[in-house]
Amino acid sequence: MTDKYEPVIGLEIHIQLSTDSKAYSSDPASYGAPPNTHVSPITLGHPGTLPFVNKKVLEFAIKLGLACGCDLRRENQYARKNYFYADLPKGYQITQDTTPICTGGEISFKTKDGADHKVRLTRIHMEEDAGKSIHDQDPFNTLIDLNRAGVALLEMVSEPDIRSSEEANLFVTEVRKLVRYLEICDGNMEEGSLRCDANISVRPKGTKKFGTKVEVKNMNSIKNVQRAIEYEIKRQVEVLESGGTLYQETRNFDAVSGTTTAMRSKEAANDYRYFPEPDLGPVIITESFIEKIRSLIPALPAELFKKYTEEFGLSSYDATVLTENKDFALYFEDLTSKTKNFKSAANWMIGPVKSYLNENAAVINEFPIESSKIAEIIALIDNNKISFTAGTKQLFPELLKNPGKDINSILIELNLIQESDANSLKPYVAKAMAMYPDKVIEYRSGKKGLLGLFMGEVMKLSGGKADPKVASKLVKEALDEGI
Amino acid sequence: MQINDEIIDKLSNLAKLEFNDSEKQEIKADLSRILDFVEKLQQVNTDGVEPLIYMNEDVNVLRTDEAKITISKEEALKNAPLKDSDYFKVPTVLKSGQS
Repeated sequence: MTDKYEPVIGLEIHIQLSTDSKAYSSDPASYGAPPNTHVSPITLGHPGTLPFVNKKVLEFAIKLGLACGCDLRRENQYARKNYFYADLPKGYQITQDTTPICTGGEISFKTKDGADHKVRLTRIHMEEDAGKSIHDQDPFNTLIDLNRAGVALLEMVSEPDIRSSEEANLFVTEVRKLVRYLEICDGNMEEGSLRCDANISVRPKGTKKFGTKVEVKNMNSIKNVQRAIEYEIKRQVEVLESGGTLYQETRNFDAVSGTTTAMRSKEAANDYRYFPEPDLGPVIITESFIEKIRSLIPALPAELFKKYTEEFGLSSYDATVLTENKDFALYFEDLTSKTKNFKSAANWMIGPVKSYLNENAAVINEFPIESSKIAEIIALIDNNKISFTAGTKQLFPELLKNPGKDINSILIELNLIQESDANSLKPYVAKAMAMYPDKVIEYRSGKKGLLGLFMGEVMKLSGGKADPKVASKLVKEALDEGI
Repeated sequence: MQINDEIIDKLSNLAKLEFNDSEKQEIKADLSRILDFVEKLQQVNTDGVEPLIYMNEDVNVLRTDEAKITISKEEALKNAPLKDSDYFKVPTVLKSGQS
């Protein structure tokens, strides 16, 4: 049934900026303080107070705009969006209406089948957060905490370019990765630093006209964004298929039941009566300011992905895992400045390093071993000084225990150095052949698969230290000699 | 501009205020007077005149991002008609979430 319809989805993402102070006043913007301790007369909307623009908010907005390829507005104005609600003491939100700082641009990501997908952005503008209303602690009153009121936000609005819940998931994932790379927001959806609203409609496949749009709010994780959209598409298709009518409305997502319920209809919607904010003068952004900020932008995940797949020859899977987290990617960047075996470096990151982080619920900045030491292990393996197994199963765990320890002394202590000298390996080969004289005959009469058996014995006799390349050559030579 | 009951109802809804009938009549008269005054300004020819938004010509009045606590919680709550030791209290509002 759903197959007959095509969903059309646009997302609005509120990005709470990790500035120290609020957008238009200097009270602290940090999360988790006791209620109503991060407030000021400006936040409280007292008469006679005047707002003041936080320069960092502009920098962060420009950073995000540059990263998304937006057009940056040189002359910025602020606007008042008027509505009355208890968590908004001024009676209006300072935002941008007709002059958003960023217009256009796009977010691109890889879909599951590896294709490049782009979602166009309508705009990104600067605004401020509201306070928090607590409805469930007092039966007769709503409690108001204004710590969050005035905290800086960027609102990113996408074009209705998204066609499935999976694409919405990938879009939000990419935005979250981007704001974390740019270090403008911690991207924590559970704490509300990144919030997503979705505008969803469905239309019969092949038609151009948009269906009736429903806005869904309150999705506090990427998984819930996907669930809410899936539910809403199904609901809308069912209404249409049963001959019903859809209304333009705002619906609330309930994570427990996985459903959406009507919140308020647009008929009774507020008329926000936007007008220019006379308390904040215009902000003119100069080319040199933009260039200064451009120089602060780190390598972004998409660029690193390209570098890893095209220059380093890694798979898209490897590149995706390596770029998922900025600090993880930075460690890899550091590592690959010390070794040229990129594939091996990637395997170390995705294998032993990542397993260690997962097992210890740690982040890469807590990883004890320096990248130079991982590079050293890679070189030891590449030069046949130690076996791969000795590197991963013995040297690496020992270094985790004693990160400061000198690698050479560990090699000696644990006796890990491979024997690659032919003269010292030859006795093992002779012994292995003496152990299985019948197998030697079988081999010589054509059963070449028995080579593995002799190799295994040589490795065992050498205590795992024989360099397999040299040993295998010797075994083969010794066996073939008698043919 | 004619102020009718419909406009008064819409404005009071937006302002979250309630008026009884006699108050409505008073407000209607007040608003009509205010609008008549503003309409007089409309007679002035403003072709080619940029709208005045700002009272001075300052641009780029920016603040460095430094957090400061200027008042205490007790001071913040001091003027609230309804409060407890931590929160402002308002009559229960149905959850309607604004963004």
